Amino acid sequence: MALADILHGDSIHFQRPHGLSFSSGQNDIGFRSEFGDGNNFALKASLGGGCDDGVEKKIEFLHGTTTLAFKFQHGVIVAVDSRATAGAYIASQTVKKVIEINPYLLGTMAGGAADCSFWERLLAKQCRVYELRNKERISVAAASKLLANMVYQYKGMGLSMGTMVCGWDKTGPGLYYVDSEGNRVCGDLFAVGSGSMYAYGTLDSGLRQDLTVDEACELARRAIYQATYRDAYSGGQVNLYHVHSEGWTRVSQDDVLKLHQHYAENNA
Amino acid sequence: MSYDRAITVFSPDGHLFQVEYAQEAVKKGSTVVGVRGKTTVVVGVEKKSVAKLQDDRTVRKICVLDDNVFMAFAGLTADARIVINRARVECQSHRLTVEDPVTVEYITRFICNLKQRYTQSNGRRPFGISSLIAGFDFDGTPHLYQTDPSGTYHAWKANAIGRSAKTVREFLEKNYKEEHVQSDEGAIKLAIKALLEVVQSGGKNIELAVMRQNEPMKILDPEEIERHVLALEKEKEETEKKKKP
Repeated sequence: MALADILHGDSIHFQRPHGLSFSSGQNDIGFRSEFGDGNNFALKASLGGGCDDGVEKKIEFLHGTTTLAFKFQHGVIVAVDSRATAGAYIASQTVKKVIEINPYLLGTMAGGAADCSFWERLLAKQCRVYELRNKERISVAAASKLLANMVYQYKGMGLSMGTMVCGWDKTGPGLYYVDSEGNRVCGDLFAVGSGSMYAYGTLDSGLRQDLTVDEACELARRAIYQATYRDAYSGGQVNLYHVHSEGWTRVSQDDVLKLHQHYAENNA
Repeated sequence: MSYDRAITVFSPDGHLFQVEYAQEAVKKGSTVVGVRGKTTVVVGVEKKSVAKLQDDRTVRKICVLDDNVFMAFAGLTADARIVINRARVECQSHRLTVEDPVTVEYITRFICNLKQRYTQSNGRRPFGISSLIAGFDFDGTPHLYQTDPSGTYHAWKANAIGRSAKTVREFLEKNYKEEHVQSDEGAIKLAIKALLEVVQSGGKNIELAVMRQNEPMKILDPEEIERHVLALEKEKEETEKKKKP
């Protein structure tokens, strides 16, 4: 795995840390990781210490990105760009930065691609187990809490992840920002990445609670477009999702250059 | 035979003797009755007679697990204390990770998983308690669950555990009617009536806990219980009179 390779240790053992007897039942990984889950990813003690060629390995991350999400009366709109850069080189224009955790929960990707997709896939597993055990869907608050608790164990070890967990549960639309520093905040509007400032500008001037679905989608699309216009590290396509009471739907995928022409025509 | 030594061993005919012996220990405990009404859950216990010098407030068989859930047990008090402690911590742990109070089913499942673990490990004996776990879920539905030393649980409309549980349960089966327990008073009356079947010397030896929707659990004052008991006795007299020609 990426993290293990970087740290040059033996692979992470997916089992309970030593010294914790199976029958004690107390588990501090967050939500009830039952015996036999295999969900305890605590690192063995040898991994951190045995590394003597310095911890500052340069890892190419997707900090260059723009992702945004906001709540409105009809749910949550999630919009992302699709460019991946390695320094000044554009590695890809077609990256999928929205992770479909399950049919009613979405996660966005900013920071390390591997970190985001790995932990969010793990979150998907935990959410499904919760659903089976408790016979009801997990709430967005609980799902984001699980993710935050999982990565908090690795705080300071070089994870880079800034994600927004978006969904609809029995209390309505839910939107949480979770990152690898251990932040977890609930909010109505977030934009993450190098292009976030430009996105905020567009969103803050256009956002109203009473937007229709189409208006909200157009606002989000415009915000990502403006960010890609000014930020060198964002571009590619705008992927747009809408989360509503029945789950999420993929609304559209628009190439940024085509959008540019479209808006230019409208202005003329 | 020697199959009751280590409880991890099945007997040839499929019994786990230690678990069954634990159930015997439960049958020696004082009676507990639970009734699930529409907007109330009521649990009543038989108060064992207390020595003169003993402070009877320290003998509590009914314990709060969280704002919306409480339980009463029959069997070994010391075992119950351990289970209750773990359950209380788990209620808070659940609030921390899921940002919601536990559902009654969840905490029952947790307690039963705990009990089951002790029926399947070396050198440990099962918990010698059965419990009635009652309360409300976040959405307001009332629940009453019964657990036993083997770690199984079931939901009930009304049930009894401990000494003479069978008698009380039969009484409840005959007398539980949906319309009667629609009101708080109805549920309380049924619980007291059921307990009076087996408790000697009336209201003095009954302790009753009531939880109404969105309210914390309340232990009824002895005067209130006495009032209900008197009312029930009057009702009984009147029905007897009607029977006589």
